[in-house]
Amino acid sequence: MKLGRVIGKVWATVKDPKLTGVTLYLMQPVNELDEPLGRPAVAADVVGSREGDLIYWVGSAEATFVLEDRQIPSDVSIVGIVDDKSTGGD
Amino acid sequence: MYLGKVIGNVVATVKHPSYKDQKLMLVAPMQPDGSLKKATMLAVDTVDAGINDVVLVISEGKSASEILEFEKRVPIRSVIIAVVDHVDISEQDQ
Repeated sequence: MKLGRVIGKVWATVKDPKLTGVTLYLMQPVNELDEPLGRPAVAADVVGSREGDLIYWVGSAEATFVLEDRQIPSDVSIVGIVDDKSTGGD
Repeated sequence: MYLGKVIGNVVATVKHPSYKDQKLMLVAPMQPDGSLKKATMLAVDTVDAGINDVVLVISEGKSASEILEFEKRVPIRSVIIAVVDHVDISEQDQ
């Protein structure tokens, strides 16, 4: 899993039916200093993130196991909204 | 698995249910020579690792679900499974 910043939203009416009801956000992966890591991705959101939120996401097959009733066609899914993060004194 | 250094932790109240009651640490992937990479990862901790500990992180979902004893697959991919005491690198002529 990695940290990410929600930087936009994606609307798509014509899409795989299994994505119905799943919000699609534009998300920029970041490190703990909020520095961008790689290029932005479109992430499936199931936890109710909002634009600007610092979140964490999971990739590859695990991104499909975010809903109880079905697997969704996603390889990047937001699975948590960060309240607080601490980095030790170094 | 890869070597990593715990550089912090993450607190999140709103999250996927599989993350409930799990400790979530910030881990910087570490080269054998000790230098850290910038691509910080998050990993669920199962060995009570502390900040600045060198750890072993498994980063594959099926193993993660099994280690964390979930019956079905869950959206967790990286798990800290060991605190490393020492790394020996044999002297090769690079």
